[in-house]
This record gives sequence, structure tokens and C-alpha cells, in this order.
Amino acid sequence: MKRARVACGGSVHGAIEVNGHLKLNDGRIVKEDEVIWLPPVEPRTVFALGLNYADHASELAFKAPEEPLIFLKGPNTFVGHRAQTRRPADVSYMHYECELAVVIGRPARKVKREEAYEYVAGYTVANDYAIRDYLENYYRPNLRVKNRDTCTPIGPWLVDSKDVGDPMNLSLRTYVNGKLTQEGTTQDMIFDIPALIEYLSSFMTLNEGDLILTGTPKGTVDTAVGDEVVTEIEGIGRLVNTIVGDEAFPKP
Amino acid sequence: MRKAKIKLLGVPRADEADVNPAEGTVELNSKRYSTRSLPLDAPVSGTIYGALLNYKGVLDELGEAVNEAPYKAEPKAPVLYIKPANTIIGYGTPIPLPEDVQELEIGAALGVVIGNTATRVNEEQALDHVAGYTVVNDVSIPHDSVFRPAIRQKARDGFCPVGPWVIERDAVADPDAIGVRVFINDELRQENTTANLIRSVARLIAEVTDFMTLNAGDTLLVGVPESAPLAKAGDRVRIEIDGVGSLENKVVPEQELERGAHI
Repeated sequence: MKRARVACGGSVHGAIEVNGHLKLNDGRIVKEDEVIWLPPVEPRTVFALGLNYADHASELAFKAPEEPLIFLKGPNTFVGHRAQTRRPADVSYMHYECELAVVIGRPARKVKREEAYEYVAGYTVANDYAIRDYLENYYRPNLRVKNRDTCTPIGPWLVDSKDVGDPMNLSLRTYVNGKLTQEGTTQDMIFDIPALIEYLSSFMTLNEGDLILTGTPKGTVDTAVGDEVVTEIEGIGRLVNTIVGDEAFPKP
Repeated sequence: MRKAKIKLLGVPRADEADVNPAEGTVELNSKRYSTRSLPLDAPVSGTIYGALLNYKGVLDELGEAVNEAPYKAEPKAPVLYIKPANTIIGYGTPIPLPEDVQELEIGAALGVVIGNTATRVNEEQALDHVAGYTVVNDVSIPHDSVFRPAIRQKARDGFCPVGPWVIERDAVADPDAIGVRVFINDELRQENTTANLIRSVARLIAEVTDFMTLNAGDTLLVGVPESAPLAKAGDRVRIEIDGVGSLENKVVPEQELERGAHI
């Protein structure tokens, strides 16, 4: 099943996908452009991977890490499907990152990789934008690069794990204004999903609703105000986002 | 007496109470209690962000290293980290000592609790967004490098005691001039003051909210002073922040702990 959280008619609803439409939890059937899409999971603890695809690591001139490079993200950064993301006027390099996001389904502590998938509720698509102008070498990638308001679109759907055959064999694609700019496969992750769950749960408790953004493959390029950026993962979803400039976000 | 938000264990909502931060007492239903006799939960519920390298002495300790690899330059913007939900515990709850670790670094931090959501606020208006202050122990496994995010060292279960309460903002006349002390088994092990912050509380809020919203209920740790003391199994750790309160927790080997157990 594909699940969404949407705002419609003045309230927030859970919804499921039915024949290309949304069925709200009160039974109404609505079109996907009649709702405001919210992140399919209310983010709480969110992990994200850096340099988790060998080709992307070499693209950034890094050797592949020996231990997962993990950073945390706050709830402020998340927006839903069809949202706008702000590009500040003074930056020169802001790129998208198409990522498979794993949603944890139950508390996980000291889980072995063989059992790891039992702790996964489902999957969604994340676009983990980075503004490289703000990179500094302290707790890199620093939050100013990776935890900006509006800079992590996520959705549209939470797809139940039982409906996803092999999450380690899915193609990822990003299109900017309809042109394919990034293509890869989850087969190329350095630390796969079971390894990440085993690693994180070896020293901390993962809770229901926690998210793991598993990193992005090669093909990250600069974007411009007005660009429509579509990040797509086979069988999971097609997440649409538009880049807007400072004029859309005047300083209060 | 000052007003504070206090959260008793097992009670769904935080209470408002009159507290005396110097004595560590709470008045509830016209009776006075010591914080040590109350089952307290963490008094905050939002996201906890910490500022790294915000005490002058911490940057001084790094010294010339800031210009060398891997850092290559002094930090420009605030360097932040997140203490995730699994780390947060209340006053009196034991801090789990991981099995393969001998000592924990005690990070004494003033926690600024946000009252009104703050996005791109000016330094002059920043304190208008503050609900109050709390005491936070940003516990870490000792580590030297601050090049990569220290999730494995800082995000363990129970590594962020918070409490005993959130004292009202106006109880603190000047958040940039308050004493911070760490006692281990009643012995003074660290003393510093927020006068040594690189970015004042208001300036930190302004620079952080320039790129990320601090929501109502979020907590911003203003920094951890240099020469953080170490604590080992069995140690009682108390962090005192003048005018805010005293937070006390004991370090207990994780294998001796049942989750949620209290001293």
C-alpha cells in the first residue's frame, strides 16, 4: 500500500493511493492536485548518509569511507511533494540528491543485519539538497549545508516494505526540467540498508518513524531558480520540487 | 521564587511551579519538595540543537590546528549538532556508560528553550523568542576530531540529561554572564561563565535562524566550555547554572541498567 499525509479542505488527513487518486481516511476520493502534500512521515530523528555511493564519493574526490558517514537532520528542513525550496541569491552551487529513505517501523536495538528488514516499515523518496558554498570542515557536512528550511523534500508516498521487492535493486533518477541528470541504482550503496540498521542500532535505539536517508549516486549538478527537480525511485515514487528565489521568501 | 515548567514522570503534561534554583526546591500544591525527591522527566519535547566551538577557550584549545588539515580554516558560521530523541533523559535518570567505554565527557550547557517559533530573527529581537532556560548535560564519548559529525560519540541512548525544569526567561537577567559549574561526587571539576561565549545567546539565535527555523519547544545549547571533565561508572555528576538550576545524574554501566530505571 502507498500512504500519504495531505492537507485537504482545511484539515490534515492520512490517505492511500487508489487508481492514481488519493483516498482520504474519511473515504473521500480526491485528485493529487487537490491536496497539499505533507511529508509522509512526521520527521523526528532523521539520519542521512554522506558518500554512500562509491561513484558519488569519487565525484567529490573522496575515497569511500570505512565507517558510515552519518549526520542528523531536524524537522525544520522537511517539505512534502510539490513544495518549493529556497535558493539564496548569493550561492553558486546548490545541488539535489535523490535518495532512498528507509522508515523504521519499530524500536530497534542491537539488531543483526540478518533481521534488519523486520524493523523497516517502508520506503519513500527524499531529495537531500546541499548548498556547497556553506561547507565548512567542522562536523562536515555542517547543518548550514544540510539542514536548511525547505531543503529536504520527501514523499510523495510511504510505500509498505512488503510491497517493495528488493530495496537494494532499485533505479534512482533525477530530472531537471524534464532532462535526465542523475541515474544510479541502490545496488551501488557502500553500506546497504541492513548494514546501516545494524550499525546505528549497535550503539543507539532506533524508534518507530525514524528515517534513514541512504545517500545519493553520481550526477549531482547545480540548479537554478525556477527549475523543476524530479527525484524518482523505481516502485517508490516520483517527488516533484521547484526551486524558488529569495523573492518568494522575504525576510520577516 | 521563580516560575518554571516542570515535568513529573508519568504525568502527560508539564506543570507550572514556583522553584528556587539556588536551593533546588519546587513548590507544588503549596508544599515544598527537593528536586532530589521528585520523579522528574525532561522538561522539553522539541529538537535539541547544540553549538560546537562557541566558547573562546574551546577554540583556543584547537589553536593553530584550525588552519591545518582537515579543518583548513577557522569556523565561520555556527557549527551545530543534534541530540536526537533517544538521548534525552530527565533529572536523576542514570546516564548509561557503554560497555566498551571507561569514561564519559561531561558537557555543561545552558539550554535556551524557544517559546515562539524563530525564523530569520534579528539579534535585537532574538530573546523575545525565548521561553526560558534549562540545564543540559551534553554527554559524549571523548573524541578529538571535530571534522565529521560525532553521532557514535554523542547520540547514544541517555546521553542528554535535561532539567530539572525550564525556568522563565525573566529569571535570568543576562544570559551572557552566568556561571556554569560541574561537580563530580560533590567535587568542583569545572567552572566557567557564559561571558566567554564567542556568540552571545541573542547572536547565536539570530545566526542559526538565518538558515533554519527554531520551533517553539526546541532547545538550543549555547556551547560546552573547554576542559570538559570526565566521569566514570558510579560517579554523581551535577551541573549548576546560576539562576537556572542544578541537574544531577549518575553514570551507571549500561549492562546494569534496565531501560527507564531510576536511581
